[in-house]
Amino acid sequence: MASASPTVDEPLVKLSDVNFAYGSRPILTGINMTIPRGKVVAIMGSSGCGKTTTLRLIGGQLRPISGEVQVNGQMVHALDSTGLYDLRRRMGMLFQFGALFTDMSVYDNVAFQMREHTDLPEPLIHDLVMMKLHSVGLRGAHDLMPSELSGGMARRVALARAVALDPMLIMYDEPFAGLDPISLSIIGELIRRLNDALGASSIIVTHDVQESLKIVDYVYFVSAGKIVAEGTAEEIKASKTPYVHQFIWGEADGPVPFQYPARSYGEEMMERISGRA
Amino acid sequence: MPDASDNTLGNKLNRFLTNLGAGVTSRIWRLGFACRFFLEIFLQSGTALRRFNLTIREIYFTGVLSLIIILVSGLFVGMVLGLQGYDTLQRYGSSDALGVLVSLSLVRELGPVVAALLFASRAGSAITAEIGLMKATEQLSAMEMMAVNPIARVVAPRFWAGVISMPLLAALFSAMGIFGGYLIGVQLIGVDEGSFWSQMQASVDFREDIINGVIKSFVFGLIISWIAVFEGYDAEPTAEGVSGATTRTVVTSSLAILAADFILTALMFRGL
Repeated sequence: MASASPTVDEPLVKLSDVNFAYGSRPILTGINMTIPRGKVVAIMGSSGCGKTTTLRLIGGQLRPISGEVQVNGQMVHALDSTGLYDLRRRMGMLFQFGALFTDMSVYDNVAFQMREHTDLPEPLIHDLVMMKLHSVGLRGAHDLMPSELSGGMARRVALARAVALDPMLIMYDEPFAGLDPISLSIIGELIRRLNDALGASSIIVTHDVQESLKIVDYVYFVSAGKIVAEGTAEEIKASKTPYVHQFIWGEADGPVPFQYPARSYGEEMMERISGRA
Repeated sequence: MPDASDNTLGNKLNRFLTNLGAGVTSRIWRLGFACRFFLEIFLQSGTALRRFNLTIREIYFTGVLSLIIILVSGLFVGMVLGLQGYDTLQRYGSSDALGVLVSLSLVRELGPVVAALLFASRAGSAITAEIGLMKATEQLSAMEMMAVNPIARVVAPRFWAGVISMPLLAALFSAMGIFGGYLIGVQLIGVDEGSFWSQMQASVDFREDIINGVIKSFVFGLIISWIAVFEGYDAEPTAEGVSGATTRTVVTSSLAILAADFILTALMFRGL
């Protein structure tokens, strides 16, 4: 079962030497990462570099091939399904496009976990749901259906749902993707505010540099399954690492090549010509 | 550019055998997965049965909303049976037996089978599409991350709703069909009403005919629900994947219903 109860100084999440692969395709190699309690940490990198996989490892949806994933002192991948579900009750996760239950109203979406996991009376659930919705500014939208919400509103409802049971760890999978600038800064500010108000810790997986650097305490840069840089927001902005520099300033070519790996174009042309002759 | 040596007979044969082997293996693997999934539904059925209002809600969506198509089809099938049956029976001067013909055809065969085929295309496809889209939009993952088992919360209630609805719908289909046969035979053509009903009453056996029909439709309900929830849960999480899964639900369950019907009939009426 669980190891001795964790102390306050111990980080909430700790990944040590984690390797992961889909079949023979390696996704993550030798990842070491710590998420201290009370902090907001970003995992950045271009699409497909293994950021979301990292979240799924922490949430126990995937198992590492080797290495350890610890959350609150417990080895996630060693838990049985009961233990894993117990741990997940204390985690909240915001999915990329919200993943709201489309057959339920906003209210029922936020109330979902309270009804599934607690025996609270309905009037109390009502008060709690309204409180959560108020904190994301959508108390007035409680009886709308997910199909009636804009992208930004749906994200905020999903956020209220993720924090419904006051989790110790909140994970965000691309919280900024596809939002207009106003919704973007609202979500950014909410992430910071909810983290501090709930005394939780947050992990943001994102490729939105400017927005996330405003709110995070620490950043890990992932490229091709490896951590290539880490540091506070200031350190990252000042970083001279070529990859980080290209990423932060959004340059089209650099260590991350513009071209998808291929044979040399000249060689291919020559072959076509000789083939036709 | 493919190499010239790629096209030798040996290579072609090699490729053919590889593909054949891969196809067979993946199908068997999928069948095994479907069986484990079936078992898992039973193990996770506690929630669906304890919080029965979850299942009742699904019975409304699968059963109650299928009522119109089932009742209307039943009526038409019964009316056709009335016309065709009368045409044949009157050649032998036994048009009084129309009631028996209509009711036995419906209760033994057409009721369970046609209702099941309609149910598969009306409700089975909807279940697959719903679960498949929930998967594609990460709703199932989200549920899992909220420590709620999607098989217990989403799959099992839909499965049991299908199993419960199917025999009821088949019974209504048969009842409606008999009424259709009565409308055509008695009201339109003028078969004697007394003999229509009394011969029916005398020849339809409760155990042999009605219960066997109910058993058939119960089995069909299990088959359709199983295929529908499995295809949805196993669907590739893309638009193309969900549409393919929906088609497979209708095709596979229709074939499975007809095959199972043959087996059940052979077992039930072996004394003939």
